[in-house]
Amino acid sequence: MEAFLHQIFSGLAAGGIYASVALALVMIYTATHHINFAQGEMAMFATYIGWALIEQVGLPYWVAFFLTIAIAFVAGFTIERIVLRPLADKPVLSIIIAFIGLLVIFNALAGFFFSYTIKAFPSPFPTSPPFGNKFLSWHDLGTVGITVMVLLLLFGFFRFTPLGLAMRAAAFNPESARLVGIRVGLMLALGWGLAASIGGIAGMLVAHVVYLDPNMMSGILLYGFASALLGGIDNPGGAVVGGFIVGVAENLLGAYVIGTELKLSVALVLIIGVLLVRPAGLFGRRLVTRV
Amino acid sequence: MTSNQAAAPLATPLAKPATSWVTTGIFIAVLFALPYLLPVVLPELEGIITLKANFMIFQFTLVIIYAIAILGLNIVTGYSGQISLGHGAFYAIGAYTAAVLMDKLDVPYWATVPVSGALCMVVGFLFGLPALRLTGHYLALATFALALAVPQLLKYKHIEWLTGGVQGIVILKPDAPFGIKFMNADQWLYYFCLFVACIMFWLAMNLIRGRFGRAMIAIRDHPIAAEAMGVNNAMVKSMAFGISAAYTGVAGALGAIAIAFVAPDSFTVFLSISFLVGLVIGGLASISGAIFGAIFIQFVPNIADSISKAAPWAIYGMFLIAAVYVMPTGAAGLVRRLRG
Amino acid sequence: MAKLLEVKGLRAGYGPTEVLHGLDFEIEEGGITTILGANGAGKTTTLRAICGMVRVSGQVSLGGQAIAGKATEDIVRLGVAHVPDGRGTFVQLTTEENIRLGAYVRSDKAAVAADMERIYGYFPRLKERREQQAGTLSGGEQQMLAISRALMLSPRLLLLDEPSFGLAPLIVQEIYRILREINRKERVSMLLVEQNAALALDVADHAYLLETGNVVVSGTSDVIKNDETVRRSYLGY
Repeated sequence: MEAFLHQIFSGLAAGGIYASVALALVMIYTATHHINFAQGEMAMFATYIGWALIEQVGLPYWVAFFLTIAIAFVAGFTIERIVLRPLADKPVLSIIIAFIGLLVIFNALAGFFFSYTIKAFPSPFPTSPPFGNKFLSWHDLGTVGITVMVLLLLFGFFRFTPLGLAMRAAAFNPESARLVGIRVGLMLALGWGLAASIGGIAGMLVAHVVYLDPNMMSGILLYGFASALLGGIDNPGGAVVGGFIVGVAENLLGAYVIGTELKLSVALVLIIGVLLVRPAGLFGRRLVTRV
Repeated sequence: MTSNQAAAPLATPLAKPATSWVTTGIFIAVLFALPYLLPVVLPELEGIITLKANFMIFQFTLVIIYAIAILGLNIVTGYSGQISLGHGAFYAIGAYTAAVLMDKLDVPYWATVPVSGALCMVVGFLFGLPALRLTGHYLALATFALALAVPQLLKYKHIEWLTGGVQGIVILKPDAPFGIKFMNADQWLYYFCLFVACIMFWLAMNLIRGRFGRAMIAIRDHPIAAEAMGVNNAMVKSMAFGISAAYTGVAGALGAIAIAFVAPDSFTVFLSISFLVGLVIGGLASISGAIFGAIFIQFVPNIADSISKAAPWAIYGMFLIAAVYVMPTGAAGLVRRLRG
Repeated sequence: MAKLLEVKGLRAGYGPTEVLHGLDFEIEEGGITTILGANGAGKTTTLRAICGMVRVSGQVSLGGQAIAGKATEDIVRLGVAHVPDGRGTFVQLTTEENIRLGAYVRSDKAAVAADMERIYGYFPRLKERREQQAGTLSGGEQQMLAISRALMLSPRLLLLDEPSFGLAPLIVQEIYRILREINRKERVSMLLVEQNAALALDVADHAYLLETGNVVVSGTSDVIKNDETVRRSYLGY
């Protein structure tokens, strides 16, 4: 029973990470209807920047944390403007190739600047287990807390601010959005900036657990995809719920059913399963294609 | 400029027959003479050691193998319009099939190639059946997930007795048959792969110019119209996926034989990405482009590797993005029709 | 009366196809002008050209300021609101969010709030449905919503693209009654595109008749309404 609870809790903690990655994917999907294959590598690179700020510049954790978020935002914004903008009218294949190009470049740059050796990443949370329990660490709790906080902030931003409303409008109906004066291109770039920031947060939280190396996000990205699809690729709240479900399911299946080595395949099966059985996800809108 | 190579074939997706038979003949002749040309072209090799010459031949063997794999990817992505980011998985299946057959059942190496191809065709067809309901991004996503999961699947402990787990399988490099003395193992393998490649390319050319090829292109360009014209879209798309996987599986088997070793970490998502790079650089929907793409992914990393371990991939990335930009909006009619 | 919009030699098209071959027309401050014509005459394109949604050449000036070639977003900021063809509803957003978006470029919060109430006064049905997802509104309600969204800009010029399209006659009457009221009370200048010529000539002071991208007749509504030839050849009633 104790072991079972342990699996549930560490699943929730992992779920927090998946939820953040999924949120980042959903951000870009809702704004541009593209699935960003480079999301994981962008997050990984942001995490290296955070690492450099903490370990090499010597900034306190939280200063580096927020600075990294800001840098990631600017980088995401710039990537949209420089790389993706000119491709706006190109076919899906071109855009996917560009995403793969970005993935490869970030991976290579991280290896080039920071080497391929594995690095430890600090956690801002105390190491002792909270409340004397042995199921989860402060870091786990913090991860879940930060994920939920990010979701609430995003919800508030999109729901209650004029800029958030404008971003949704631009994503749903670009032509009408222009007719009320919204600068649609700017909104897309903002969406990329936000997604890059969220990815950076996920990266910094996960790096403490899996350690930092240029390939650390590839598996997590897969779970992020699974979470986003499960929750509905256009639904931020769904993505977070999907993240927690995937985290718990992955841990339980890994511990009791298929063994830890096949955990990635859980994500693979989930992705293909959701796409086939319920492409809109649990909470997403069903898309109808007009002939 | 390489990106122009990527763009040029796009303008004339079906005008390939224009390549005259003479050019093709000369090209094939050069390929056949290559192991004996190398010492002539690079005289400094002559005196030194046959080892280096053999390594060059080995590299060209890999070029031929990659060309087959890229041709396979081109069938599904270039001609049939389905985006696959996971062809490394089929390459892995082909490679492991060959290795396991040779290692466990003592099947002769040449016999493993058609078996790998057939097995990959079945797997590809089965994967294609459900995946054909997915288009554009979603198919890319599903295949990408497949590519990411492959190394882990290969390491799975309950099939370790078969796959050798993390250690992989070491196989014996075949010698030239019938006790031929004038050819060493590397030269023989080169010719063996070249022979297989000629068959595969010839088949592909006939496939694409035939009824099935026209059906694939029709579906790519206008799925609804194709369906209305009586093309069985589901069947054709799954078959295209199966055939494409068979090509990549054959390449995988040849790769395993040539390298004489398979291990899970040779088949990461970056292998699939390499094929994509080769495809884009060589040119979508271009049969001969597969060879240029293969030369690119074999030699550019070799050259760039001397700068830094990260350099080849940085260069790949830049080429990928550059290729997308240079695909001219006007001429990229084909790519435009791939729109999801 | 002062000219609000002056258009000279306006050419516009899609890709290589030119749709408008050099239009000249003008809109008076505070008036309602209508553009009539058959399907494909270029009415919708004219509206899209004015607010920069298609590639244009020629002169378009709004209150003396040249706007041809500017981006849509910037033309909107100069006070041109557009009720587009097909209504352009943000179907996933609520009714109120749709209306609020209309005032996106305005910063005078108090005035925006007042305008919203005033607009709800014209269209009480929208107020009842303010929290409803806009995609679930009826066609007539979505048309009212599109007009409300445009009015929230507090525009100098309102472009209306077939507000009667696909609606029941009673609803059309109501919408036109309100448009007339808004024009009279708030002095909003309007450029109206209609297939229903009788309806348009009824509310407009000036009319232009468009045929395959050229202005063929222009004049006050009364003159056009009573011109036998025009009526028979172009308006079909």
